[in-house]
Amino acid sequence: MSFQMPDYYNIQDLMSDEEKMIQNSVRSFVEEEVLPIIEKHYEGGTFPFDLIKKMADLGLFGVTIPQKYGGAEASHTIYGLAMQELERGDSGIRSFASVQNSLVMFPIYEYGSEKLKQKWLPKLATGDAIGCFGLTEPDFGSNPSGMVTHAKKIEGGYLLNGAKMWITNGTIADIAVVWAKLDGVVNGFIVEKDMKGFTAPEMKHKHSLRASITSELIFQDVEIPEENKLNIKGLKGPLSCLTKARYGIAWGAIGAASAVYDSALNYAKSRIQFAKPIASFQLIQEKLVWMLNEITKGQLINYHLGRLMDNGKARPQQVSLAKRNNVEIALQSAKLAREIHGANGIINEYNVMRHLANLESVITYEGTHIIHTLILGEDITGISAFM
Amino acid sequence: MNILVAVSRVPDTTTKILVGSDGKFIDTNNVKFILNPYDEYALEEAIRLKEKNGGKVIAITVGPATAQDILRNALAVGADEAVHIKSEQNFDSFFVASQIAEYASKMKPDIIFMGKQSIDFDSLQVPSILSDILDLPLATIVTKLNYEGNMVKAEREIEGGKEVLSLQMPCIISAQKGLNEPRYPKLPDIMKAKKKPIEEIDAPNYENNIEIIGMELPSRSRLNKIVGDTDEDIKEIVRMLHEDAKIF
Repeated sequence: MSFQMPDYYNIQDLMSDEEKMIQNSVRSFVEEEVLPIIEKHYEGGTFPFDLIKKMADLGLFGVTIPQKYGGAEASHTIYGLAMQELERGDSGIRSFASVQNSLVMFPIYEYGSEKLKQKWLPKLATGDAIGCFGLTEPDFGSNPSGMVTHAKKIEGGYLLNGAKMWITNGTIADIAVVWAKLDGVVNGFIVEKDMKGFTAPEMKHKHSLRASITSELIFQDVEIPEENKLNIKGLKGPLSCLTKARYGIAWGAIGAASAVYDSALNYAKSRIQFAKPIASFQLIQEKLVWMLNEITKGQLINYHLGRLMDNGKARPQQVSLAKRNNVEIALQSAKLAREIHGANGIINEYNVMRHLANLESVITYEGTHIIHTLILGEDITGISAFM
Repeated sequence: MNILVAVSRVPDTTTKILVGSDGKFIDTNNVKFILNPYDEYALEEAIRLKEKNGGKVIAITVGPATAQDILRNALAVGADEAVHIKSEQNFDSFFVASQIAEYASKMKPDIIFMGKQSIDFDSLQVPSILSDILDLPLATIVTKLNYEGNMVKAEREIEGGKEVLSLQMPCIISAQKGLNEPRYPKLPDIMKAKKKPIEEIDAPNYENNIEIIGMELPSRSRLNKIVGDTDEDIKEIVRMLHEDAKIF
């Protein structure tokens, strides 16, 4: 049974020809290149390296970056559609693309010198260089302003010390965009993999995002040249990157939710118990309808948020609402889909357990569900619950 | 080398088809349309040929205003220009072939590619009619091509085997699955395709040679036969599927 993306409100009709074409192209890519190999990598806890070049060839790195730096110069809506289709395959594959696009290429493009842009953006676009983003620390997750990683001014550059944790792509990265305090203010630095004193050991034994590499970044007196410092001061630097990435995650989550919904619907129609398909039972129908209902709402949020982003009118709080809502309903959908699949739901013949386990990470990273709730709470009441 | 690729816009294979209220055509509401899958092989072959020998690929379609999306698709994959013969009426294969022929007789391509059939009406007529109108050699249902000078060697599928033809250019090739592995349109190329030209030509009014009298969905009645699981029963099932249901 071939996959059918739910589109109950004909949102497809609102998309331009380019948007539809890109969605179709990434969907075919996921069907032919990701789905056939993903379970093997998930089970083995390995990242499918072959996909890096293939994703780059398709133009999935630097989606919104100008073509002169090797990007596709496409809209945020197109970036969102691409993330949705990738996460229909696997959250780990989408995470790779999110990091490369929003957390590495975006800050270099936005805050890097022309020299840094020329040096890194074309290579990152072709997948010849891989990037990672270091903000979270072992003791500072939701509270990044407490970070202990720090830089000290030395002649010709900076001396970096500290450690980052839960860093996607860290071990395989050629460059790390690292946020550290300089004279008590958060600043961004490009750390290159061969710099002395920089190591990035992989964190193993995850039960989630198993087809994605997660690492620690350790800096011991790493000398960073002056030119590798980004031109932005304060927490708004990393937060602007996170807004872009969270926006992509809001779309990606709907991809994962669509995957588990489609699987559950097909399973329910073909699984016979008590001499009829389980789809004929009211409690199963209620679950399927809940999923479709929430996915449709999520699609409409994404569609409109995409247009706001494209017009430069989206506020970070609006992105928080989308990430918060869509990941939550994707996780709930995966849970319901797992139940509908019965015992079959736990084996890798079906995608549901993999998506369910992945989404447990997605609901925690890039601003936990609770932090997004408090961002919105602050926005509507004017009272911060966490500062 | 100048290459013309004829493409058509067809309902997606996963779309649920319903008959329209007039009982003569499908209900196009809520139908997702795609580039005809066999045309993807034709397009890929044309682009590879151009990449090797230089020249120009022009994609052409005959269809309503909404058919422009598949031309953008062809441009995104690598066609240089596109031609849209616009017609809002329902038309038959002869009309399509004659419109392509008219353009081709002016463009004088070295080779014309198209899919072996469009998966909507499956009439497989356009390549043959086009060959007749233009008086050009034709190889249909082609799975392999070799080019030597102005000669084309085409391997084609025939019942239970294959046939190898030698054609002189200019010629017409209709592509079968297996001819190549079509590429995905890349994001930057999709964005660049917006800027490539599409020439629009209004098609003349036309009286179809063939009239569609009615259209209906296949009946879903069951044969209601229950057989056992012995070897003889299995042979009987295979016979029924082959001879009665004509599934293979």
